[in-house]
Amino acid sequence: MTEPRTPSLVALAGQQNAGKSTLFNLLTGLQQHIANYPGVTVDKKYGGYTARGRRFDVVDLPGAYSLSPFSLEERVARSFLLTEAPDVVVNVLDATNLRRALPLTFQLLEMGAPVVVALNMMDAADRRGLEIDLDALERRLCVPVVPVVGRRGVGEAELRSAIAETAAAGRVVPATLNYGPLEKEVARIQATLSAEPALYGISARWLAVKLLEGDSEAEALLADRMENPHGLLDELYRARSAFETQHGLSAGDHICACRDSHAAEIAAACVTDTRAGEVPVSERIDRVLLNRFLAPVFLVATIWAIYQLSIVQGYQLTEVTWPILATFRSFVGGLLPDPGFLTDPQLRAMGLWTVDSMNTLLSYVPIFLILFALIAILEDSGYMARIAFILDRILHRFGLHGQSTLPFILAGVFAGGCAVPGVMATKGIPDARARLATILTVPFMNCMAKIPLYALIINIWFPQAKGLMLFYLSTFTVIAALLVAKLLTTSLLRKEETAPFVMELPSYHLPTISGVMHRAFSRTWLYIRKVATVVLAVATVIYALLQFPGVPAERQLDYQSQAEAAIARFYAEMATNPLRTEVQEPARLVRLVTLQTDFAAEIKSAETQAARAALADALRRDHPDAALFLLPDATPDARAANAALQTLSETRAELRRELRRDRLESSFLGYVGRGLEPVTRFADFDWKINVALLTSFAARENSVATFGVLYDQDDGQNLSLEERMGATQLAEGRSAVSSVALLLFFALYPPCLATVIAVRMQTGSLNWMLFSIAFPTLLGLATASAVFTLASALGLTGLQAMAAVHALALGVLILVALPKPWLARLGAQPTVEAAE
Amino acid sequence: MRYAIFDKIGLRRGKPRGTGCGKGRRRCCAGATGECRCGLDAMEPGERCTIRRLCGCGPVRQRLLDLGFQPGREVRMVRNAPLLDPIELQLDDSFIVLRRREAAQIQVRHD
Ligand SMILES: Nc1nc2c(ncn2[C@@H]2O[C@H](COP(=O)(O)OP(=O)(O)OP(=O)(O)O)[C@@H](O)[C@H]2O)c(=O)[nH]1
Ligand SMILES: [Mg+2]
Repeated sequence: MTEPRTPSLVALAGQQNAGKSTLFNLLTGLQQHIANYPGVTVDKKYGGYTARGRRFDVVDLPGAYSLSPFSLEERVARSFLLTEAPDVVVNVLDATNLRRALPLTFQLLEMGAPVVVALNMMDAADRRGLEIDLDALERRLCVPVVPVVGRRGVGEAELRSAIAETAAAGRVVPATLNYGPLEKEVARIQATLSAEPALYGISARWLAVKLLEGDSEAEALLADRMENPHGLLDELYRARSAFETQHGLSAGDHICACRDSHAAEIAAACVTDTRAGEVPVSERIDRVLLNRFLAPVFLVATIWAIYQLSIVQGYQLTEVTWPILATFRSFVGGLLPDPGFLTDPQLRAMGLWTVDSMNTLLSYVPIFLILFALIAILEDSGYMARIAFILDRILHRFGLHGQSTLPFILAGVFAGGCAVPGVMATKGIPDARARLATILTVPFMNCMAKIPLYALIINIWFPQAKGLMLFYLSTFTVIAALLVAKLLTTSLLRKEETAPFVMELPSYHLPTISGVMHRAFSRTWLYIRKVATVVLAVATVIYALLQFPGVPAERQLDYQSQAEAAIARFYAEMATNPLRTEVQEPARLVRLVTLQTDFAAEIKSAETQAARAALADALRRDHPDAALFLLPDATPDARAANAALQTLSETRAELRRELRRDRLESSFLGYVGRGLEPVTRFADFDWKINVALLTSFAARENSVATFGVLYDQDDGQNLSLEERMGATQLAEGRSAVSSVALLLFFALYPPCLATVIAVRMQTGSLNWMLFSIAFPTLLGLATASAVFTLASALGLTGLQAMAAVHALALGVLILVALPKPWLARLGAQPTVEAAE
Repeated sequence: MRYAIFDKIGLRRGKPRGTGCGKGRRRCCAGATGECRCGLDAMEPGERCTIRRLCGCGPVRQRLLDLGFQPGREVRMVRNAPLLDPIELQLDDSFIVLRRREAAQIQVRHD
């Protein structure tokens, strides 16, 4: 007997959805992800606690139905149990389904693990009318059995003390299960194995059973540890085939059946079903929710409700939160150095740029909070698993999986989601191929940040058909995602492992308010932290790329002298004005001009006369000296000063704009945008569009902001960006068709940086990350070029081109989706012959 | 009869080709005695039957065994998904959904 380690290692093992993570959170106080959905935990998670002066390290293992080496979760659980040999294994059982849970318990016992059985979901068992004889169960299993209700913390103290006692007791003798006709073989091989010094530390009985099952990893273990395992392996092979010919059943099946019948026997002896024959509540709910004809109705209603509540209502909420963010911006603006006349100090420009980038991101927080809360409700109630059941058929046709639904919803199937949580949500998809396909197609959805550019372009070119164009675009992206998924799964991802759709439908649980709130907040926080850091870093890089190398020195000087000339003109005009003394120092003049610009903008955006009056009052109160200039009284001197000041600030605005455009054109990104023109020419993208698309890689909202700078208005015009862009583009000879090309490109555009990081995290591979950038870019460029070239050649209008593209995509989709009986018949022919 | 129609319009997937191991199905049928062609996928909602054996090999088969699809146990077909695939099955207290393709590997006997 070895001394117990300090700290003791405690592993939580059990079948999927048994409540391991719930108990893990209960024991350690951490917040592991919990959901009423099988297979949520896919990797082991560590935590710990201290009790009675001893430290316990706790590991949450992924759910395993047995310890076979077939699925990833089971491999993770098994190799942990084998290599780490934990001091205590808490076997979490679902009390409502003891018979299915016990075979794993037998395997753990056979392994020689010191097991504590935590009988979870006792509340659900009570409600089901199951009476469990705990003493009898304890006697049969020969290990402590602790009834718990993980969700409410019932039985926590008992579980802790059972863990402590088992840890203190040290190793136990492996329990045995009688394998009937195979027992003789098991005993014989067990004896051989236990005589083998190389296999010390591994339960000989467990290994013997695994080897007889034909378990490949057990054989690998043998080959690894022993010098010459071939004799033993041959012997095993003979034993297996002898058993199979004698009993007409493979040894593995026999072992499995032995466990099952033993489990059935124990369950029958220990559990009394006081309501046998009654239909479970969950099944009664499913009769309505999963009714063949009603199920789609409920599904659509659910998705619609999620969309309404999170996107529409959440958007209303952003109007409440936006002023807070705006206040934050002006607060930071106040802290930073004051703006200059022509150029702002680098620190100020960069600080504000950073705050702006962060604010666009934070403005979505209300939407995320609501969205995540609703998703938590879906997950906890158990409806999520039903969604997968309903939609698997359709998604499977395109190489996806029933569980791909949620990621697509999160990323914005209709319009307005975010690809980051979408990519994150692919975690639970068990089918590696479908999972990769989902990760790579989720970014096609219409995330919230694509909408502003859509709106901008549609407003310019299709003011009469806004709704129709948006409909075309949002359905086009879904069609494209499905087609790309099909394309990828039949080509590049062909070799990836796939898993069948075999899932236990969890029973419905009522979600708890605290659980839902907690999850919503912690996920939102995670989003803020992860994305904010990345976006901040990238915003800085993009800023630098847009600033440097900067305008050549001689042009800079030119601007400088123009600015000085303007100031000189102002002073000249003010020469005889008594107010001149107020602006004698240049620093005060600059402050006055800035104030004037801000005040003019505020007045312009104020909607009512009363609001304007309030603004004027505030100015008089806060800046009495400036008010003399900005709110002139009737004296001619004041009016003249106001006019002079206005001329000056208009000249300043114009100069600054020209300088900014000049700087952008001569920036690194500007060069790249120009360099790309030969390639993007076929899609009719000029360098301005290229630059906007490049900057939108950091965050998609950037595209509109960049257009704002590139299509700057000339002096004195008060045109919206739509009008300016429209006028400029028309003058450049562009048409609605080129805008369709741009829209299509943007719809297929590569994921933004935050998403790319998420892709990296979820695929764990740099190559897939790069692929997720390169593939959509090429696809988008090809589509845009083809559409522009063909539509121009055919002389289509923009709307016609869009409709044609949409119809074509839909046609291909239907062609791919429709059953192809002729293919099946071709495939079936040889099979029939073979059978005859 | 009903499924013959689905077969025609191709709504039902083609004959299972076994997952990963081609000879699994053939070996299974060679040993059987006549009514072996009755897979679990051919059942109507509400029907009950007893599992005879599991064809195929590899992970799917193991997962099915672990979920309780053991020879001799009684299963009830609960319902089809709205598009007929996957299907939901009941094994005592657990409700399990799987695609028809996998269900076809489970051979059953009607009671
Ligand atoms: N009624 C009831 N529900 C519980 C109890 N314990 C956990 N649950 C719920 O059961 C579901 C599954 O819990 P998890 O802790 O995620 O299960 P898990 O074993 O970690 O599952 P995987 O990681 O998927 O293997 C969640 O919805 C829990 O809220 C309990 O004692 N009673
Ligand atoms: Mg878990």
